[in-house]
Amino acid sequence: MAAGVVRVRAPRWRRIPVHVVVLGVAAIWAVPLVGLVVSAFRPSWAVLSSGWWESFALPGDYTLENYRRVLDRDGMALSLFNSLAVVVPATLLTVAAGAAAAYALAGMRFRLRSAVLLTIVALIIVPIQITLVPLLRAFSALDLTGSFLGIWLVHLGFGLPFAIYLLHNFFAAIPRELFEAAEMDGASRGQIFFSVVLPVARPALAALAIFDFVWTWNDLLVALIFLGGFRDVAPMTVAVSQLVASRGDGWEILTSAAVLSVLVPMAVFVALQRHFVRGLLAGVSKG
Amino acid sequence: MIGDRIVLTLAATAVIVVAGWAYLRLGDRALAALPHGAYRRLAPWLFAGPAVAMVLLALAVPAVITVGWSLVDDGDGGSGGFAGFANYAQTLSDEVTRVALRNTVLWVVLLPSLAVLVGLVIAVLSERVRYGALIKAALFLPIAISAVAAGVIWSFMYDYQPPGAAQTGTLNAVVTALGGEPVAWIVDTATNNYALIGATLWTQAGFAMVIFDAALRSVPGELLEAARLDGASEWAAFRHVTLPFLMPTVVVVATTMTVVALKAFDIVYVMTNGNYGTDVLSTVMYRALFTAKDNGLAGAVATILMLTVVPIMIANVRQFRRETGAA
Repeated sequence: MAAGVVRVRAPRWRRIPVHVVVLGVAAIWAVPLVGLVVSAFRPSWAVLSSGWWESFALPGDYTLENYRRVLDRDGMALSLFNSLAVVVPATLLTVAAGAAAAYALAGMRFRLRSAVLLTIVALIIVPIQITLVPLLRAFSALDLTGSFLGIWLVHLGFGLPFAIYLLHNFFAAIPRELFEAAEMDGASRGQIFFSVVLPVARPALAALAIFDFVWTWNDLLVALIFLGGFRDVAPMTVAVSQLVASRGDGWEILTSAAVLSVLVPMAVFVALQRHFVRGLLAGVSKG
Repeated sequence: MIGDRIVLTLAATAVIVVAGWAYLRLGDRALAALPHGAYRRLAPWLFAGPAVAMVLLALAVPAVITVGWSLVDDGDGGSGGFAGFANYAQTLSDEVTRVALRNTVLWVVLLPSLAVLVGLVIAVLSERVRYGALIKAALFLPIAISAVAAGVIWSFMYDYQPPGAAQTGTLNAVVTALGGEPVAWIVDTATNNYALIGATLWTQAGFAMVIFDAALRSVPGELLEAARLDGASEWAAFRHVTLPFLMPTVVVVATTMTVVALKAFDIVYVMTNGNYGTDVLSTVMYRALFTAKDNGLAGAVATILMLTVVPIMIANVRQFRRETGAA
């Protein structure tokens, strides 16, 4: 809450309900994660015969075998790099094309400017299902199904409305004098973009990049449809969902695959939380 | 093959950076050779052109074509000709779609209200305990977890073994420890939709909490202080000072969650694949596309799904116009 508020603390016993509610909710949110991580390190016979919480009573009963199996036999190692090959270029394309477009929309006057802007705002929440029939047909006609180029382009198209919206809000807040001074000095639009806009917008670009990275990494639907379910190009989300669908494996396998699939976005998220939250707030505060 | 992927990732990164830079720099220089008026007219399109083209190609044009497909007689034995509203009639009279529509209503009612409730309660109460940062972190972490991983996590939490067997699913272990009978949460039609919505709530509540947390900082401290000096209880101060300030945020969070609920796919696909009466519009559409291979039917379901978000789209555009004035 706002700093400097004098808070009259209620007597200790009256605050018990607050502790109960807060701790209860936190437990509901934390327990599934703990259960996931613990189970991923348990041998299959143990997972079958006892709950993960009972393993605390049998210390030393943990193994790395599950990870060796999913990385190796289930090809999760390849999927990890497939995810990177999908996500890194897609994110970069979205940030680059989005930044250029947001600069034009926020910093220049031109015909159709408001029409473009309003269309972008409308398209932010469009369900991508509405595009699947024609895009799939185009993909098979162009033989793009299962190719990384194809999924980069689809992620780019789907990610752009939010990217442009977020960066436009940020660019629109840059003082106009900054652009005008550069223009007075005879700088072209391109020079202004590279030497004024991009450096000033670094925090916004970082926020968008992180947001987009986590978002694209966690996508299932787009990968499922446009990579066509081919095992050798499947990213982590598709690989995990295939493991689930095959139903043959125990929880120790599914949980260790799930742990692997969340490692990268979790690391990015925890390390760069500040930027992520800024992106999140900028994305909704006006939407 | 892993080596190939690393090379591809690095090469693509380099190409995108170099090509993007060269496109803007050389394009800008070429346009600058034109008369000044022409430069001012064309430069915006140099920058916005690629993005606008991609949005048109990937979203706007396909959306229009899909609506067209929804009027075509396609699929097994389809003539490929104009079908009028037959696809809509077919899908709306189908039991599967009706169940999906009923479930979608359930999602749209429950997910936003629960996310607002949990997000608001934790944002407010975690300020009142010393370990608040820890509580926030617990809600916050699942934001980074994919719906697929969340599906695995919650399938495991909801796991069911017949009575008498060791209950290795956490929830049923709790239920049986309290003397109850184990519940097949995901299969039982009395519980399964709530189970899926609960799993989604787990991934989304942290998002709601972050938004409320930021909004709480804008509540004027003097007003709260004045209310307390006047002898208002903590609850009354919250109810009459804080809550009115938060109303716009409640609307933002509720709308965002409504969109999440309408688009729900991943968690349902992973946890039940739409079985046991848990279909939502997205899973119905997915099957029409890949199992029935009926573009007309899939187009109709997609159009229905699209129509459900149109009111929110209009509201967003209006809001944006109001805020940016002329735009």
